[in-house]
Amino acid sequence: MPKAKTNTEDYLRMYRQMVRIRAFEDNANQLYLSAKMPGLTHMYSGEEAVAVGICEALTDDDRITSTHRGHGHCVAKGAEFKEMFCELLGKAEGYCRGKGGSMHIADQSHGNLGANAIVGGSMGIATGSALRAKLQGSDDVTVCFFGDGATAQGLMYEVMNMAALWNLPVIYACENNGYSEYTKTEEIAAGSITARAEAFGIEAHQVDGQDVLAVNDLTQKLVARARKGEGPFFMELMTYRYHGHHVGDINREYYRSKDEEKDWKENRDPIIRLRSFLVSEGIATEDEIEAMNAEIEKDAAEAVAYAEAAAYPPVNEVDMHVYAD
Amino acid sequence: MRNITLSQAVNEALAEEMRRDPKVFIIGEDVAEAGTPFKVLSGLVEEFGTDRVIDTPIAEPGFMGMAVGAAMTGARPVVDLMFGDFIFLIMDQLCNQAAKTHYMSGGKLTVPLVLRTNLGATRRSAAQHSQSLQALVAHIPGLKVAMPSSAYEAKGLMKTAIRDNNPVVIFEDKLMYQDKAPVPEEEYLIPFGEANVKREGSDITLIATSSMVQVAEKAAETLATEGISAEVIDPRTIVPLDEKTLLDSVRKTSRAIVIDEGHQSYGVTAEIASRLNEKAFYHLDAPVLRMGAMDVPVPFSPALEDITVPTPERVVENARKLCAGELIHAA
Repeated sequence: MPKAKTNTEDYLRMYRQMVRIRAFEDNANQLYLSAKMPGLTHMYSGEEAVAVGICEALTDDDRITSTHRGHGHCVAKGAEFKEMFCELLGKAEGYCRGKGGSMHIADQSHGNLGANAIVGGSMGIATGSALRAKLQGSDDVTVCFFGDGATAQGLMYEVMNMAALWNLPVIYACENNGYSEYTKTEEIAAGSITARAEAFGIEAHQVDGQDVLAVNDLTQKLVARARKGEGPFFMELMTYRYHGHHVGDINREYYRSKDEEKDWKENRDPIIRLRSFLVSEGIATEDEIEAMNAEIEKDAAEAVAYAEAAAYPPVNEVDMHVYAD
Repeated sequence: MRNITLSQAVNEALAEEMRRDPKVFIIGEDVAEAGTPFKVLSGLVEEFGTDRVIDTPIAEPGFMGMAVGAAMTGARPVVDLMFGDFIFLIMDQLCNQAAKTHYMSGGKLTVPLVLRTNLGATRRSAAQHSQSLQALVAHIPGLKVAMPSSAYEAKGLMKTAIRDNNPVVIFEDKLMYQDKAPVPEEEYLIPFGEANVKREGSDITLIATSSMVQVAEKAAETLATEGISAEVIDPRTIVPLDEKTLLDSVRKTSRAIVIDEGHQSYGVTAEIASRLNEKAFYHLDAPVLRMGAMDVPVPFSPALEDITVPTPERVVENARKLCAGELIHAA
């Protein structure tokens, strides 16, 4: 952990946001297990430091594109629990009026251009958002979240090439959680992932994705440089997903061991790590942290109850929003 | 009114819209100094600069995806896809991303972009540079599809497309780029979903798109000499489709042939014929006939290629049979 203590409020907000993501996912998983949620969902638990470390370096004017494993990005970019749970349950008050669901939540008010259920599908969108910023003389930055699995898609190399040619303000954030769906990353990725970006002349960094302060520190520097026209940049964030590929992927010992999962959860958990830091540095007491955790759990439970009771969209909305006016 | 080529009409439409709205830009392969292989965009980079007429690497999914992102965040890109056949390369970005974003976001995000591309065989370009793939995109909700049949339509539809807040795919017939037509000096737009009755008639309706409008008009001239009065209708956009004009005509003539250069099976002709059967069944004196391109990859040899697409002669032959009450079996 870096020793910087410049802004305790920032640290507390980062802790709070990570706990909010974990609480959201724990509740989403329960909704699935109790058969209250339509469809499946992909849990972000374990990767919280990546979304929070990056999004805390951004403003609402900065854009992100998210993935099928996108609840963490959505919360970190500023979304509210109620609208998110409503969307997960297909309710009218969801961010997308129930039309997108878990894999397509978009929250334009905070610059979240949406989760994408095509692996690597948003790389063009993120790079195009950055092209628009450059063409219109705007200083916003776009962060493109994607997993290690998406590095096998050709689109990534097409858009990184153009981003590098044109110095676009985009940051490619590769969340390497070690698994491409049900397959180990080492079985799908030849060579080095950062070297692929470097081949285009893109400055690439590998960072501990379980260390929110390290992620945030690096992102702040890269965002500031991208705003000045020094982009694009590439980050490979080494992280881990606690659940399976999706909530229904429960018996997964054929591709990874319980010992491995236990090791990451007990020894490298991003929330436990920041909590220890906050206490040891005297930024918060254990009691204050417990109170914060309890408040977040209560918020999440209330939002779930609200979403469960909320109305579905009226059936006449089924062919609404196919075309814009 | 002056006569200008379809190519000049497209060029004028783009220039006028780019002058009107600084958010409009062009992106694609060899669009700047080269002005595209068909020279449709010549001169635009000189006026608007390389920031608004952007040459890309040969990476269709990449620049298509970037156009989607630019459109979602406040720009109005016009994507130049050098050949319609390359649509297969950009299907995910066009159909999974651009077409669905507005709906999936519950109406919060919009994707105002234009995809300019082309269709048409008989240019001796073989199977990967000759297809007419409008049915593929017309099948996907969220996309609009325009098919100009002359310089006049090309300009008016392009200007409407650029101002539309949805992804619009425009198929230009690459054989028609040098064809001239009267185009007003003053500004005009052609609304989407308004068919154009090119020729009035009372015995049979020929519904034709893009390149096939000329084919239908030639057929109608021949039929007139034989005492058969053919009405020719150009839908101009197939999504949205002006069903009313088509139905009104068929209710009047009681016979119809639908002509489109895409493959006949599961194609544009099938869709329009079905709608006529469903909604004008009791007005019909004969089955609605489809005439699309043969269900074969487009062959290279001129001896083979020319027989794969509908011709005026074959339209005349089919129209005669329909009007004579002969039962027609689709080829």
